[in-house]
Amino acid sequence: MAVIRDVMPAFDLLQPSSAADAQKILQDSGSDAWVMAGGLDSFDWLKDRIKKPKVLVDLSGIDELKGIRVTGDGVEIGAMTTLTEIANHPEIQKNYGVLSQAVSVVASPQIRNQGTLGGNVSQDVRCWYYRGGWPCYRAGGNICYADTPVGRNREHAIFGADRCVAVHPSDSVPALIALDAKFVVQTAKGERIVDAEDYYVGPDLDITKINMLEPGDLLTAIRIPSTWAGARFYFEKVRDRNVWDFPLMNVASAMKLSGNTISQMRIAVNAVSPRPMRLKAVEAAVQGKPADATTGEMAGKLAVEGAVPLQFNAYKIPLMRNLVKRAIRGLSPQQVKNGLAGDPEVQEATWNS
Amino acid sequence: MSDTDELKNGESPSKSITRRRFILGVIAGGAAVGAASYRFLTPHGRTYSTGERLITLNVNGKPRHVEVMKQETLAWTLRYKLGLTGTKLGCDRAECGACTVLIDDVPHYSCSVLTHTVRGRKVTTVEGLAAADGMLHPVQQAVIDEQGFQCAFCMSGFLMATVGFLKANPNPTRKELAHGISGNLCRCQDYNKILDAMMRGAEYMRSGVPAGKAASAELARRA
Repeated sequence: MAVIRDVMPAFDLLQPSSAADAQKILQDSGSDAWVMAGGLDSFDWLKDRIKKPKVLVDLSGIDELKGIRVTGDGVEIGAMTTLTEIANHPEIQKNYGVLSQAVSVVASPQIRNQGTLGGNVSQDVRCWYYRGGWPCYRAGGNICYADTPVGRNREHAIFGADRCVAVHPSDSVPALIALDAKFVVQTAKGERIVDAEDYYVGPDLDITKINMLEPGDLLTAIRIPSTWAGARFYFEKVRDRNVWDFPLMNVASAMKLSGNTISQMRIAVNAVSPRPMRLKAVEAAVQGKPADATTGEMAGKLAVEGAVPLQFNAYKIPLMRNLVKRAIRGLSPQQVKNGLAGDPEVQEATWNS
Repeated sequence: MSDTDELKNGESPSKSITRRRFILGVIAGGAAVGAASYRFLTPHGRTYSTGERLITLNVNGKPRHVEVMKQETLAWTLRYKLGLTGTKLGCDRAECGACTVLIDDVPHYSCSVLTHTVRGRKVTTVEGLAAADGMLHPVQQAVIDEQGFQCAFCMSGFLMATVGFLKANPNPTRKELAHGISGNLCRCQDYNKILDAMMRGAEYMRSGVPAGKAASAELARRA
Protein backbone atom coordinates (compact mmCIF):
# COMPACT_ATOMS: atom_id res chain seq x y z
CA MET A 1 0.00 0.00 0.00
CA ALA A 2 1.36 3.25 -0.95
CA VAL A 3 1.84 5.60 1.91
CA ILE A 4 -0.61 8.43 1.52
CA ARG A 5 0.62 11.56 3.24
CA ASP A 6 -2.59 13.43 3.39
CA VAL A 7 -5.56 13.89 5.60
CA MET A 8 -8.30 11.32 5.42
CA PRO A 9 -11.26 11.91 3.12
CA ALA A 10 -14.01 13.90 4.79
CA PHE A 11 -16.64 12.31 6.98
CA ASP A 12 -19.19 13.57 9.42
CA LEU A 13 -17.87 13.17 12.96
CA LEU A 14 -20.45 12.54 15.66
CA GLN A 15 -19.40 12.42 19.28
CA PRO A 16 -22.24 11.17 21.45
CA SER A 17 -21.86 11.39 25.21
CA SER A 18 -24.16 8.52 26.18
CA ALA A 19 -24.55 4.95 24.99
CA ALA A 20 -28.23 5.54 24.25
CA ASP A 21 -27.37 8.49 21.99
CA ALA A 22 -24.69 6.47 20.27
CA GLN A 23 -27.10 3.66 19.60
CA LYS A 24 -29.72 6.05 18.26
CA ILE A 25 -27.18 7.58 15.88
CA LEU A 26 -26.04 4.15 14.75
CA GLN A 27 -29.57 2.96 14.14
CA ASP A 28 -30.41 6.11 12.19
CA SER A 29 -27.27 5.94 10.07
CA GLY A 30 -27.35 2.20 9.40
CA SER A 31 -24.51 0.98 7.21
CA ASP A 32 -23.29 4.54 6.50
CA ALA A 33 -21.86 4.70 10.01
CA TRP A 34 -18.51 3.55 11.26
CA VAL A 35 -18.08 2.93 14.97
CA MET A 36 -14.77 4.10 16.34
CA ALA A 37 -13.50 3.08 19.76
CA GLY A 38 -9.75 3.67 20.21
CA GLY A 39 -9.41 4.15 16.46
CA LEU A 40 -6.26 2.09 15.88
CA ASP A 41 -8.06 -0.33 13.56
CA SER A 42 -10.30 2.36 12.05
CA PHE A 43 -7.55 4.77 10.96
CA ASP A 44 -5.80 2.18 8.78
CA TRP A 45 -9.00 1.65 6.83
CA LEU A 46 -9.80 5.35 6.59
CA LYS A 47 -6.29 6.59 5.78
CA ASP A 48 -5.85 3.97 3.06
CA ARG A 49 -9.24 4.95 1.63
CA ILE A 50 -10.36 1.33 1.65
CA LYS A 51 -13.44 2.10 3.74
CA LYS A 52 -15.16 5.40 3.23
CA PRO A 53 -17.88 5.82 5.84
CA LYS A 54 -20.09 8.89 5.65
CA VAL A 55 -20.49 9.11 9.39
CA LEU A 56 -17.88 8.35 12.01
CA VAL A 57 -19.29 7.74 15.47
CA ASP A 58 -16.61 8.36 18.07
CA LEU A 59 -17.37 6.59 21.33
CA SER A 60 -14.48 8.09 23.29
CA GLY A 61 -16.69 10.66 25.00
CA ILE A 62 -19.04 8.10 26.55
CA ASP A 63 -17.99 7.76 30.18
CA GLU A 64 -20.56 5.09 31.01
CA LEU A 65 -18.76 2.69 28.67
CA LYS A 66 -15.48 3.11 30.53
CA GLY A 67 -14.13 1.53 33.65
CA ILE A 68 -13.96 -1.76 35.49
CA ARG A 69 -16.64 -2.58 38.03
CA VAL A 70 -16.20 -5.39 40.51
CA THR A 71 -19.63 -6.97 40.88
CA GLY A 72 -20.96 -9.67 43.18
CA ASP A 73 -20.29 -12.26 40.51
CA GLY A 74 -17.01 -11.30 38.88
CA VAL A 75 -16.13 -8.12 37.04
CA GLU A 76 -17.75 -6.03 34.35
CA ILE A 77 -15.45 -4.20 31.96
CA GLY A 78 -16.87 -1.33 29.94
CA ALA A 79 -16.23 -1.73 26.22
CA MET A 80 -14.31 1.58 26.10
CA THR A 81 -11.90 0.68 28.91
CA THR A 82 -8.31 0.98 27.71
CA LEU A 83 -6.07 -2.07 27.60
CA THR A 84 -3.54 -0.36 29.89
CA GLU A 85 -6.21 0.14 32.53
CA ILE A 86 -7.19 -3.53 32.33
CA ALA A 87 -3.58 -4.71 32.46
CA ASN A 88 -2.94 -2.63 35.61
CA HIS A 89 -6.20 -3.27 37.44
CA PRO A 90 -5.51 -5.01 40.78
CA GLU A 91 -8.62 -7.20 40.75
CA ILE A 92 -7.93 -8.41 37.19
CA GLN A 93 -4.28 -9.05 38.03
CA LYS A 94 -5.21 -10.95 41.16
CA ASN A 95 -8.07 -13.14 39.99
CA TYR A 96 -8.14 -13.02 36.21
CA GLY A 97 -4.41 -12.85 35.48
CA VAL A 98 -4.76 -14.47 32.07
CA LEU A 99 -6.61 -11.40 30.79
CA SER A 100 -4.13 -9.02 32.33
CA GLN A 101 -1.28 -10.97 30.67
CA ALA A 102 -3.07 -11.06 27.34
CA VAL A 103 -3.82 -7.35 27.10
CA SER A 104 -0.35 -6.37 28.28
CA VAL A 105 1.23 -7.90 25.16
CA VAL A 106 -1.07 -6.21 22.67
CA ALA A 107 0.78 -4.01 20.16
CA SER A 108 2.77 -1.22 21.86
CA PRO A 109 2.43 0.87 25.06
CA GLN A 110 0.93 3.85 23.25
CA ILE A 111 -1.58 1.63 21.48
CA ARG A 112 -2.57 0.00 24.77
CA ASN A 113 -3.04 3.48 26.26
CA GLN A 114 -5.60 4.24 23.60
CA GLY A 115 -6.92 0.89 22.40
CA THR A 116 -9.99 -0.43 24.14
CA LEU A 117 -11.18 -3.90 25.04
CA GLY A 118 -14.31 -3.48 22.94
CA GLY A 119 -12.17 -2.45 19.99
CA ASN A 120 -9.68 -5.24 20.51
CA VAL A 121 -12.35 -7.93 20.49
CA SER A 122 -14.22 -6.36 17.57
CA GLN A 123 -11.27 -5.56 15.28
CA ASP A 124 -11.21 -6.80 11.72
CA VAL A 125 -8.80 -9.42 10.33
CA ARG A 126 -5.30 -8.37 9.26
CA CYS A 127 -4.95 -10.22 5.94
CA TRP A 128 -2.97 -7.78 3.82
CA TYR A 129 -4.85 -8.53 0.63
CA TYR A 130 -8.11 -7.68 2.33
CA ARG A 131 -6.60 -4.70 4.15
CA GLY A 132 -4.99 -3.49 0.96
CA GLY A 133 -8.38 -3.15 -0.67
CA TRP A 134 -8.15 -6.18 -2.96
CA PRO A 135 -11.59 -7.39 -3.99
CA CYS A 136 -11.38 -10.69 -2.10
CA TYR A 137 -14.22 -12.85 -0.79
CA ARG A 138 -14.30 -11.03 2.53
CA ALA A 139 -14.48 -7.70 0.74
CA GLY A 140 -17.48 -8.99 -1.22
CA GLY A 141 -15.51 -10.25 -4.22
CA ASN A 142 -15.04 -13.68 -5.72
CA ILE A 143 -11.46 -14.77 -5.06
CA CYS A 144 -8.95 -15.32 -2.25
CA TYR A 145 -5.53 -13.86 -2.99
CA ALA A 146 -3.86 -15.45 0.04
CA ASP A 147 -4.79 -19.05 -0.68
CA THR A 148 -2.85 -19.49 -3.90
CA PRO A 149 0.48 -21.30 -4.46
CA VAL A 150 2.35 -18.00 -4.26
CA GLY A 151 0.03 -16.08 -1.96
CA ARG A 152 1.64 -14.64 1.16
CA ASN A 153 -0.10 -16.78 3.73
CA ARG A 154 2.48 -17.41 6.45
CA GLU A 155 0.19 -15.76 9.00
CA HIS A 156 -3.05 -17.32 7.77
CA ALA A 157 -5.43 -20.01 8.95
CA ILE A 158 -4.94 -23.73 9.46
CA PHE A 159 -8.50 -24.30 10.68
CA GLY A 160 -11.98 -23.18 9.78
CA ALA A 161 -11.12 -21.62 6.44
CA ASP A 162 -14.00 -21.35 4.03
CA ARG A 163 -12.85 -19.42 0.95
CA CYS A 164 -11.39 -16.78 3.33
CA VAL A 165 -8.20 -17.92 5.09
CA ALA A 166 -7.61 -14.84 7.25
CA VAL A 167 -7.19 -15.35 11.00
CA HIS A 168 -8.71 -13.50 13.90
CA PRO A 169 -5.91 -11.31 15.31
CA SER A 170 -7.04 -10.50 18.86
CA ASP A 171 -4.92 -11.32 21.90
CA SER A 172 -7.61 -10.64 24.47
CA VAL A 173 -10.28 -12.93 23.02
CA PRO A 174 -8.72 -16.32 23.88
CA ALA A 175 -8.25 -15.10 27.46
CA LEU A 176 -11.87 -14.00 27.57
CA ILE A 177 -13.00 -17.37 26.20
CA ALA A 178 -10.89 -19.16 28.81
CA LEU A 179 -12.58 -17.04 31.49
CA ASP A 180 -16.05 -17.82 30.07
CA ALA A 181 -16.72 -14.11 29.53
CA LYS A 182 -20.06 -12.80 28.26
CA PHE A 183 -20.40 -9.94 25.78
CA VAL A 184 -23.21 -7.46 26.34
CA VAL A 185 -24.56 -6.21 23.01
CA GLN A 186 -27.25 -3.54 22.63
CA THR A 187 -29.35 -4.17 19.55
CA ALA A 188 -32.46 -2.53 18.15
CA LYS A 189 -34.48 -5.32 19.75
CA GLY A 190 -32.88 -4.92 23.16
CA GLU A 191 -29.94 -6.26 25.09
CA ARG A 192 -28.30 -9.54 24.08
CA ILE A 193 -25.75 -11.38 26.17
CA VAL A 194 -23.63 -13.88 24.30
CA ASP A 195 -20.73 -16.17 25.18
CA ALA A 196 -17.37 -14.83 24.07
CA GLU A 197 -16.90 -17.47 21.37
CA ASP A 198 -20.43 -16.96 20.01
CA TYR A 199 -19.77 -13.28 19.33
CA TYR A 200 -17.76 -14.29 16.27
CA VAL A 201 -19.00 -15.24 12.83
CA GLY A 202 -16.99 -17.57 10.61
CA PRO A 203 -16.75 -17.20 6.83
CA ASP A 204 -18.94 -20.29 6.39
CA LEU A 205 -21.82 -18.35 7.93
CA ASP A 206 -21.20 -14.86 6.56
CA ILE A 207 -17.92 -14.18 4.82
CA THR A 208 -18.07 -10.39 4.99
CA LYS A 209 -18.66 -10.28 8.73
CA ILE A 210 -16.28 -10.87 11.59
CA ASN A 211 -18.72 -10.69 14.48
CA MET A 212 -22.43 -10.71 15.15
CA LEU A 213 -22.84 -6.92 15.23
CA GLU A 214 -25.37 -5.64 12.73
CA PRO A 215 -25.46 -1.97 11.70
CA GLY A 216 -26.90 -0.14 14.68
CA ASP A 217 -25.64 -2.62 17.29
CA LEU A 218 -23.23 -1.64 20.01
CA LEU A 219 -21.02 -3.77 22.23
CA THR A 220 -21.22 -2.06 25.62
CA ALA A 221 -19.55 -4.32 28.17
CA ILE A 222 -17.79 -7.59 28.80
CA ARG A 223 -18.68 -9.52 31.93
CA ILE A 224 -16.32 -12.03 33.46
CA PRO A 225 -17.98 -14.41 35.90
CA SER A 226 -16.14 -15.37 39.06
CA THR A 227 -16.32 -19.06 38.05
CA TRP A 228 -12.67 -19.13 37.02
CA ALA A 229 -11.30 -16.54 39.43
CA GLY A 230 -7.90 -17.56 40.75
CA ALA A 231 -7.71 -20.69 38.55
CA ARG A 232 -4.35 -21.80 37.15
CA PHE A 233 -3.90 -19.70 34.05
CA TYR A 234 -1.63 -19.89 31.08
CA PHE A 235 -1.14 -17.32 28.35
CA GLU A 236 1.44 -17.22 25.63
CA LYS A 237 1.74 -15.18 22.49
CA VAL A 238 4.17 -16.01 19.70
CA ARG A 239 5.06 -13.22 17.28
CA ASP A 240 7.94 -12.02 15.14
CA ARG A 241 8.75 -8.84 17.06
CA ASN A 242 8.04 -8.28 20.73
CA VAL A 243 6.20 -5.04 20.05
CA TRP A 244 3.42 -4.10 17.61
CA ASP A 245 3.04 -7.49 16.00
CA PHE A 246 -0.17 -9.38 15.90
CA PRO A 247 0.12 -12.97 17.10
CA LEU A 248 1.37 -15.70 14.81
CA MET A 249 -0.50 -17.65 17.43
CA ASN A 250 -1.57 -17.29 21.02
CA VAL A 251 -3.03 -19.61 23.60
CA ALA A 252 -4.97 -18.95 26.81
CA SER A 253 -6.24 -21.43 29.33
CA ALA A 254 -7.84 -21.65 32.75
CA MET A 255 -7.53 -24.85 34.73
CA LYS A 256 -9.03 -26.11 37.98
CA LEU A 257 -6.94 -28.73 39.70
CA SER A 258 -7.46 -31.12 42.54
CA GLY A 259 -3.96 -32.04 43.54
CA ASN A 260 -2.29 -32.31 40.15
CA THR A 261 -5.37 -33.74 38.45
CA ILE A 262 -7.27 -31.53 36.03
CA SER A 263 -10.86 -31.35 37.18
CA GLN A 264 -11.95 -28.76 34.65
CA MET A 265 -10.30 -26.72 31.93
CA ARG A 266 -11.08 -24.11 29.31
CA ILE A 267 -8.59 -23.44 26.53
CA ALA A 268 -8.65 -21.27 23.42
CA VAL A 269 -6.19 -20.37 20.69
CA ASN A 270 -6.28 -17.49 18.26
CA ALA A 271 -4.66 -16.60 14.95
CA VAL A 272 -5.27 -20.14 13.68
CA SER A 273 -8.74 -19.69 12.27
CA PRO A 274 -11.08 -16.94 11.08
CA ARG A 275 -12.88 -17.28 14.40
CA PRO A 276 -11.16 -17.42 17.77
CA MET A 277 -11.02 -21.14 18.48
CA ARG A 278 -12.09 -22.84 21.66
CA LEU A 279 -10.64 -26.35 21.90
CA LYS A 280 -13.58 -28.27 23.32
CA ALA A 281 -12.14 -31.67 22.40
CA VAL A 282 -9.02 -30.90 24.39
CA GLU A 283 -11.05 -29.64 27.34
CA ALA A 284 -12.97 -32.92 27.44
CA ALA A 285 -9.93 -35.14 26.89
CA VAL A 286 -7.79 -33.73 29.69
CA GLN A 287 -10.46 -33.93 32.35
CA GLY A 288 -9.36 -36.24 35.15
CA LYS A 289 -5.80 -36.48 33.80
CA PRO A 290 -2.67 -35.15 35.52
CA ALA A 291 -1.50 -31.70 34.46
CA ASP A 292 1.84 -32.88 33.11
CA ALA A 293 3.83 -33.16 29.90
CA THR A 294 2.31 -36.52 28.93
CA THR A 295 -1.22 -35.18 29.06
CA GLY A 296 0.02 -32.06 27.28
CA GLU A 297 1.55 -34.17 24.53
CA MET A 298 -1.70 -36.04 24.02
CA ALA A 299 -3.75 -32.81 24.08
CA GLY A 300 -1.41 -31.11 21.62
CA LYS A 301 -1.82 -33.93 19.12
CA LEU A 302 -5.56 -33.86 19.58
CA ALA A 303 -5.69 -30.09 19.13
CA VAL A 304 -4.10 -30.11 15.68
CA GLU A 305 -6.20 -32.94 14.29
CA GLY A 306 -7.83 -31.83 11.08
CA ALA A 307 -5.53 -28.87 10.54
CA VAL A 308 -5.11 -27.89 6.88
CA PRO A 309 -1.97 -25.86 6.30
CA LEU A 310 -1.53 -23.50 3.36
CA GLN A 311 1.63 -23.08 1.31
CA PHE A 312 3.66 -21.17 3.90
CA ASN A 313 2.11 -21.81 7.28
CA ALA A 314 2.68 -25.49 8.04
CA TYR A 315 4.85 -24.35 10.97
CA LYS A 316 1.64 -23.44 12.75
CA ILE A 317 0.83 -27.10 13.33
CA PRO A 318 3.83 -27.94 15.58
CA LEU A 319 3.52 -24.46 17.07
CA MET A 320 -0.06 -25.10 18.10
CA ARG A 321 0.78 -28.58 19.37
CA ASN A 322 3.48 -27.12 21.58
CA LEU A 323 1.46 -24.20 22.85
CA VAL A 324 -1.37 -26.48 23.89
CA LYS A 325 1.10 -28.83 25.51
CA ARG A 326 2.65 -26.00 27.49
CA ALA A 327 -0.69 -24.63 28.55
CA ILE A 328 -1.43 -27.98 30.17
CA ARG A 329 2.02 -28.72 31.54
CA GLY A 330 2.44 -25.18 32.86
CA LEU A 331 5.70 -23.41 33.48
CA SER A 332 8.62 -24.52 35.60
CA PRO A 333 9.42 -22.21 38.51
CA GLN A 334 12.56 -21.19 36.61
CA GLN A 335 10.50 -20.14 33.61
CA VAL A 336 8.05 -18.27 35.81
CA LYS A 337 10.97 -16.34 37.28
CA ASN A 338 12.78 -15.53 34.04
CA GLY A 339 9.86 -15.41 31.66
CA LEU A 340 9.49 -17.57 28.59
CA ALA A 341 11.38 -15.19 26.36
CA GLY A 342 14.50 -15.68 28.49
CA ASP A 343 14.49 -19.43 28.18
CA PRO A 344 16.44 -20.59 25.11
CA GLU A 345 15.21 -24.15 25.48
CA VAL A 346 11.64 -22.97 25.31
CA GLN A 347 12.36 -20.77 22.31
CA GLU A 348 13.96 -23.70 20.56
CA ALA A 349 11.09 -26.02 21.36
CA THR A 350 8.52 -23.57 20.08
CA TRP A 351 9.77 -23.87 16.57
CA ASN A 352 11.41 -27.26 16.28
CA SER A 353 9.79 -30.01 18.25
CA MET B 1 24.24 31.80 5.04
CA SER B 2 25.46 29.62 7.85
CA ASP B 3 25.35 30.45 11.53
CA THR B 4 29.10 31.09 11.59
CA ASP B 5 28.82 33.69 8.84
CA GLU B 6 26.24 35.52 10.84
CA LEU B 7 28.42 35.49 13.90
CA LYS B 8 31.46 36.72 11.93
CA ASN B 9 29.49 39.68 10.73
CA GLY B 10 28.87 40.51 14.34
CA GLU B 11 25.14 40.38 13.85
CA SER B 12 22.90 38.74 16.42
CA PRO B 13 21.03 35.81 14.89
CA SER B 14 17.83 37.06 16.42
CA LYS B 15 17.87 40.23 14.30
CA SER B 16 17.84 38.54 10.92
CA ILE B 17 15.28 36.10 9.62
CA THR B 18 16.61 32.76 10.76
CA ARG B 19 16.17 29.61 8.75
CA ARG B 20 13.87 28.28 11.45
CA ARG B 21 11.59 31.30 11.38
CA PHE B 22 11.50 31.25 7.61
CA ILE B 23 10.42 27.60 7.65
CA LEU B 24 7.75 28.28 10.24
CA GLY B 25 6.41 31.08 8.07
CA VAL B 26 6.25 28.83 5.03
CA ILE B 27 4.44 26.17 7.03
CA ALA B 28 1.85 28.64 8.29
CA GLY B 29 1.23 29.91 4.76
CA GLY B 30 1.07 26.41 3.32
CA ALA B 31 -1.35 25.25 5.97
CA ALA B 32 -3.74 28.07 5.16
CA VAL B 33 -3.68 27.28 1.44
CA GLY B 34 -3.76 23.52 2.03
CA ALA B 35 -6.65 23.65 4.44
CA ALA B 36 -8.74 25.64 2.01
CA SER B 37 -8.40 22.93 -0.63
CA TYR B 38 -9.33 20.09 1.71
CA ARG B 39 -12.61 21.78 2.41
CA PHE B 40 -13.88 20.50 -0.90
CA LEU B 41 -12.86 16.86 -0.56
CA THR B 42 -16.29 15.35 -0.20
CA PRO B 43 -16.17 11.90 -1.75
CA HIS B 44 -19.88 11.14 -1.58
CA GLY B 45 -21.08 14.25 -3.26
CA ARG B 46 -22.59 15.25 0.03
CA THR B 47 -22.22 18.72 1.46
CA TYR B 48 -20.83 18.64 4.94
CA SER B 49 -22.07 21.10 7.44
CA THR B 50 -18.59 22.36 8.23
CA GLY B 51 -15.22 21.71 6.68
CA GLU B 52 -13.46 23.22 9.62
CA ARG B 53 -14.55 24.32 13.02
CA LEU B 54 -12.87 26.75 15.31
CA ILE B 55 -12.06 24.92 18.51
CA THR B 56 -9.88 25.57 21.50
CA LEU B 57 -7.18 23.13 22.45
CA ASN B 58 -5.03 23.08 25.54
CA VAL B 59 -1.55 22.64 24.11
CA ASN B 60 1.48 22.93 26.36
CA GLY B 61 -0.58 24.71 28.99
CA LYS B 62 -1.85 27.41 26.66
CA PRO B 63 -5.30 27.70 25.09
CA ARG B 64 -4.87 27.56 21.31
CA HIS B 65 -7.68 28.51 18.96
CA VAL B 66 -7.48 26.59 15.75
CA GLU B 67 -9.70 25.67 12.83
CA VAL B 68 -9.85 21.91 12.58
CA MET B 69 -11.34 19.56 10.01
CA LYS B 70 -13.39 16.68 11.36
CA GLN B 71 -11.05 14.10 9.90
CA GLU B 72 -7.89 15.86 11.00
CA THR B 73 -5.40 14.02 13.19
CA LEU B 74 -3.73 15.68 16.15
CA ALA B 75 -0.30 15.32 14.53
CA TRP B 76 -1.57 17.23 11.51
CA THR B 77 -3.02 20.01 13.63
CA LEU B 78 0.08 20.35 15.75
CA ARG B 79 2.48 20.45 12.84
CA TYR B 80 0.61 22.24 10.10
CA LYS B 81 -1.85 24.46 11.96
CA LEU B 82 0.01 25.29 15.16
CA GLY B 83 3.55 25.10 13.75
CA LEU B 84 4.67 22.73 16.50
CA THR B 85 6.93 20.78 14.20
CA GLY B 86 8.82 19.10 17.03
CA THR B 87 6.21 16.37 16.76
CA LYS B 88 7.36 14.27 13.82
CA LEU B 89 5.34 12.21 11.40
CA GLY B 90 7.13 8.99 10.52
CA CYS B 91 4.71 6.33 9.40
CA ASP B 92 1.33 7.99 10.06
CA ARG B 93 0.08 4.48 10.94
CA ALA B 94 0.75 4.06 14.69
CA GLU B 95 3.80 1.94 13.88
CA CYS B 96 6.85 4.09 14.65
CA GLY B 97 6.20 6.38 17.63
CA ALA B 98 7.77 9.54 16.16
CA CYS B 99 4.53 11.45 16.69
CA THR B 100 4.15 10.54 20.37
CA VAL B 101 2.65 13.30 22.51
CA LEU B 102 1.14 13.28 25.97
CA ILE B 103 -2.62 13.55 26.29
CA ASP B 104 -3.52 14.08 29.93
CA ASP B 105 0.05 12.96 30.75
CA VAL B 106 -0.34 9.61 28.93
CA PRO B 107 1.67 8.89 25.74
CA HIS B 108 -0.40 8.58 22.58
CA TYR B 109 0.43 8.42 18.88
CA SER B 110 -0.81 11.79 17.69
CA CYS B 111 -1.09 10.47 14.11
CA SER B 112 -3.87 8.21 15.35
CA VAL B 113 -5.93 10.61 17.40
CA LEU B 114 -8.60 12.86 15.88
CA THR B 115 -8.01 16.43 17.01
CA HIS B 116 -11.70 16.84 17.83
CA THR B 117 -11.44 14.08 20.43
CA VAL B 118 -8.88 15.96 22.55
CA ARG B 119 -10.97 19.06 23.22
CA GLY B 120 -10.91 19.66 26.93
CA ARG B 121 -7.85 17.48 27.40
CA LYS B 122 -4.28 18.49 28.11
CA VAL B 123 -1.89 18.01 25.19
CA THR B 124 1.86 18.21 25.77
CA THR B 125 4.35 18.18 22.91
CA VAL B 126 8.12 18.23 22.99
CA GLU B 127 7.97 22.03 22.79
CA GLY B 128 6.18 22.03 26.12
CA LEU B 129 8.78 20.07 28.05
CA ALA B 130 11.18 22.89 28.85
CA ALA B 131 10.23 25.29 31.64
CA ALA B 132 8.96 28.78 30.82
CA ASP B 133 12.42 30.26 31.52
CA GLY B 134 14.02 27.95 28.95
CA MET B 135 15.40 25.52 31.52
CA LEU B 136 15.38 22.13 29.81
CA HIS B 137 13.40 19.22 31.14
CA PRO B 138 15.69 16.80 33.03
CA VAL B 139 15.17 14.12 30.38
CA GLN B 140 16.10 16.58 27.63
CA GLN B 141 19.20 17.55 29.58
CA ALA B 142 20.11 13.88 29.96
CA VAL B 143 19.85 13.37 26.20
CA ILE B 144 22.34 16.19 25.67
CA ASP B 145 24.69 14.88 28.34
CA GLU B 146 24.63 11.34 26.97
CA GLN B 147 24.50 12.39 23.31
CA GLY B 148 21.68 9.90 23.18
CA PHE B 149 20.69 10.10 19.53
CA GLN B 150 22.27 9.81 16.14
CA CYS B 151 20.01 11.46 13.57
CA ALA B 152 17.39 12.26 16.23
CA PHE B 153 14.33 12.19 14.01
CA CYS B 154 12.74 9.84 16.54
CA MET B 155 13.96 11.88 19.51
CA SER B 156 10.89 13.94 20.32
CA GLY B 157 8.77 10.79 20.24
CA PHE B 158 11.19 9.01 22.54
CA LEU B 159 11.30 12.01 24.87
CA MET B 160 7.53 12.15 25.17
CA ALA B 161 7.21 8.38 25.63
CA THR B 162 9.88 8.48 28.33
CA VAL B 163 8.46 11.48 30.15
CA GLY B 164 5.02 9.88 30.08
CA PHE B 165 6.37 6.56 31.30
CA LEU B 166 8.35 8.18 34.12
CA LYS B 167 5.26 9.97 35.39
CA ALA B 168 3.79 6.57 36.20
CA ASN B 169 7.07 4.75 37.01
CA PRO B 170 9.61 7.24 38.35
CA ASN B 171 12.16 4.61 39.33
CA PRO B 172 12.33 1.99 36.56
CA THR B 173 14.98 -0.63 35.90
CA ARG B 174 16.60 -0.49 32.48
CA LYS B 175 14.46 -3.43 31.40
CA GLU B 176 11.24 -1.80 32.60
CA LEU B 177 12.10 1.43 30.84
CA ALA B 178 12.94 -0.45 27.64
CA HIS B 179 9.55 -2.10 27.83
CA GLY B 180 7.86 1.20 28.65
CA ILE B 181 9.25 2.99 25.61
CA SER B 182 9.11 -0.01 23.29
CA GLY B 183 6.41 1.72 21.23
CA ASN B 184 9.04 3.89 19.54
CA LEU B 185 11.38 2.94 16.73
CA CYS B 186 14.86 4.28 15.97
CA ARG B 187 16.07 3.52 12.47
CA CYS B 188 19.65 4.34 13.44
CA GLN B 189 19.32 1.38 15.82
CA ASP B 190 20.76 3.53 18.58
CA TYR B 191 18.69 1.89 21.28
CA ASN B 192 21.48 1.32 23.79
CA LYS B 193 22.49 4.95 23.82
CA ILE B 194 18.87 6.05 23.92
CA LEU B 195 18.33 3.86 26.96
CA ASP B 196 21.50 5.24 28.56
CA ALA B 197 20.17 8.74 28.06
CA MET B 198 16.68 7.97 29.27
CA MET B 199 17.95 6.15 32.36
CA ARG B 200 20.04 9.19 33.15
CA GLY B 201 16.94 11.29 32.57
CA ALA B 202 15.06 9.22 35.12
CA GLU B 203 17.91 9.78 37.54
CA TYR B 204 17.89 13.55 36.89
CA MET B 205 14.16 13.61 37.52
CA ARG B 206 14.60 11.93 40.88
CA SER B 207 17.69 13.76 42.12
CA GLY B 208 17.82 16.89 40.01
CA VAL B 209 20.09 17.95 37.17
CA PRO B 210 23.65 18.39 38.47
CA ALA B 211 24.75 22.01 38.77
CA GLY B 212 26.65 23.33 35.77
CA LYS B 213 25.00 20.88 33.40
CA ALA B 214 22.13 23.06 32.34
CA ALA B 215 22.65 24.29 28.80
CA SER B 216 19.31 26.03 28.83
CA ALA B 217 20.40 29.59 28.18
CA GLU B 218 22.31 28.64 25.04
CA LEU B 219 19.44 26.51 23.73
CA ALA B 220 16.85 29.12 24.54
CA ARG B 221 18.84 31.66 22.54
CA ARG B 222 19.09 29.36 19.55
CA ALA B 223 15.44 28.51 19.64
